[in-house]
Amino acid sequence: MSVPVIQLEGIVTRFGHAVVHDGIDLTIPAGEVVSLVGGSGSGKTTLLREIVGLLTPTRGTVRLFGEDLHAGSRAAQARRRRRFGMLFQQGALFSAFNVFENVAFPLRELHGLSEREVRDAVMLKLALVELQPEHALLMPAELSGGMVKRVALARALALEPELLLLDEPTAGLDPDRSAAFVHLIQELQHQLGLTVVLVTHDLDTLAALSSRVAVLAEKRILVCDTLEHIMTIDHPFIERFFRSERSQRALARGMETA
Amino acid sequence: MDEADPIRLPELRVEGDRVTLCGDWTLRSLQPGLRRMRRQLDRVVQIPHWDLTAVGRLDNFGAQLLWRHWRERPPADLQAPDSIGRAIERVAALGAARPATRRRSLLAPVEALGEIGLGLVRHLIDFVALLGQLLIDLGYLSVRPGLWPLREISANIYKTGVKAMPVTALVGFLIGVVLSYLSALQLKAFGADIFIVNILGLGIIRELGPVLVSVLVAGRSGSAMTAQLGVMRVTEEIDALATMGISRHVRLVLPKVIALFVAMPLLVLWASAVAILGGMVSAYVQLDIGFLFFLQALPQAVPLPNLYIAIGKGAVFGMMIALVACHFGLRVKPNTESLSANTTASVVSAITMVILVDAVFAIATRGIGVPI
Ligand SMILES: Nc1ncnc2c1ncn2[C@@H]1O[C@H](COP(=O)(O)OP(=O)(O)OP(=O)(O)O)[C@@H](O)[C@H]1O
Ligand SMILES: [Mg+2]
Repeated sequence: MSVPVIQLEGIVTRFGHAVVHDGIDLTIPAGEVVSLVGGSGSGKTTLLREIVGLLTPTRGTVRLFGEDLHAGSRAAQARRRRRFGMLFQQGALFSAFNVFENVAFPLRELHGLSEREVRDAVMLKLALVELQPEHALLMPAELSGGMVKRVALARALALEPELLLLDEPTAGLDPDRSAAFVHLIQELQHQLGLTVVLVTHDLDTLAALSSRVAVLAEKRILVCDTLEHIMTIDHPFIERFFRSERSQRALARGMETA
Repeated sequence: MDEADPIRLPELRVEGDRVTLCGDWTLRSLQPGLRRMRRQLDRVVQIPHWDLTAVGRLDNFGAQLLWRHWRERPPADLQAPDSIGRAIERVAALGAARPATRRRSLLAPVEALGEIGLGLVRHLIDFVALLGQLLIDLGYLSVRPGLWPLREISANIYKTGVKAMPVTALVGFLIGVVLSYLSALQLKAFGADIFIVNILGLGIIRELGPVLVSVLVAGRSGSAMTAQLGVMRVTEEIDALATMGISRHVRLVLPKVIALFVAMPLLVLWASAVAILGGMVSAYVQLDIGFLFFLQALPQAVPLPNLYIAIGKGAVFGMMIALVACHFGLRVKPNTESLSANTTASVVSAITMVILVDAVFAIATRGIGVPI
């Protein structure tokens, strides 16, 4: 019925002579939470950057909400871009703005929200990611690593996006906060039918959140299916990633919170 | 809206003492007609029955809009499906926070003035500390010659000296041509053609060469040095160096200072030479003074001490530019705003300092090398 939120077809990425992706096909329908897993350096971040148009793949097409990212007028492109939020692996906060202004920035860019509306929206986002009001005036350099992640998440959520792209959202968070993050995403997802793509090495989070798991190995998407199904596949990477003893324990923990 | 973008516009209907909402109440659907919706909401006063059962989606923004309208209290009779009720509950639970505000006191202007004064003092202290640290490091390196950062020094000489040669030559040549042309016009009127050699020689070698090159190098290399140190600060690279037990003064500051100390006098000579060449070309065209004659007259017009002064100025200015650049670079706070402010301050301060010190030079050397 509805158009898939993300459609990747035949994505090939090359940096110089190094091939990172070699023919990636992936379709993500609305309302799904897809975890993207793969070894370090397998090109997960690169793939996310291609989805949001920061990087143009060497070959292949990327469609977001059924359209090419660069199609349509400038205003239409801007409208499309406001429909997703991205959390960068390193946070990418604006270092010259404090926490409040960082989250307020995309809202102010809409032109037309009153100061009161912006303030309420920002404070709500900060509360959602469990930041205290007194943190609002801190500069990014004064935040801890985990706080940077949470502010970045608040900023990604600022425009109430339909699609969230999260690059290692729980890296650097304590287990408690990771659990809160899982809960928050579950809520938003349930309430707004959010589509989420998250890159993670955190198996607890993965098991708790994902409706499907996409495995990036050997330069392509090996499989994109439910966790249960993936666990049955015979492949060295999956063997190491999911079926080691440690992984099994983490997955079991995550399933309980799901 | 396009097909891939199925928005149901929000609607609000008032029937008697009952308000019915339908459509999507999300930021994206509300934003285009936000002003109208605010006005519509403003007209709804004191109606106890709210029916939200027909609402498609309600995000945090929509929930906050309603919550503010209800003056942060749920209406007497609220009908809403579960998920929407929860969204409102969440906003109710979290929405009350206010950002902390900085206190404003009446003494703020006085404080600001004091800050400026203290800031200047702090600059001075930091600068002296930097100088002292460099002297200590030089002493330390003199007993451990193996630790000299020779590769960095050589790389810096290449970057700040060799690579600056084309631009200094171009600017020097043009200044020489222009200066010579303007002087020639005047000298011709007095029939004092021959003094073009004195004017160009003294002016360029003693004054213009060193100052011109300083301005170019401050803009070119000084800003680069500040920016480099500043970015290393922003990306915590300086901290990484410190944890490895590597002195940033030895590894980052000293090579830059020494490089400009060595490269600047050479650049001054180079630029002055090219400027005089430009002057000669112009003099030949305007006054018909031959190259050979010009070159033979030059040593008499410009005694040798002038060259030493030029070299001395070059070395001192070079060191100063590097020191000022490093001073500001190390003061960068880890944000982009501070980086740009310090880079600007570095270039402006370096050029100002150079011109001040040049004046001091002019007074100190007023009896040397000027034929009467
Ligand atoms: N701009 C670039 N130029 C050249 N090579 C790049 C560039 N960006 C990424 N790469 C290479 O592409 C590969 C994939 O990088 P990417 O950052 O996508 O990895 P990743 O899967 O996100 O890894 P991690 O889990 O460690 O974050 C790496 O080998 C990297 O060296
Ligand atoms: Mg990555």
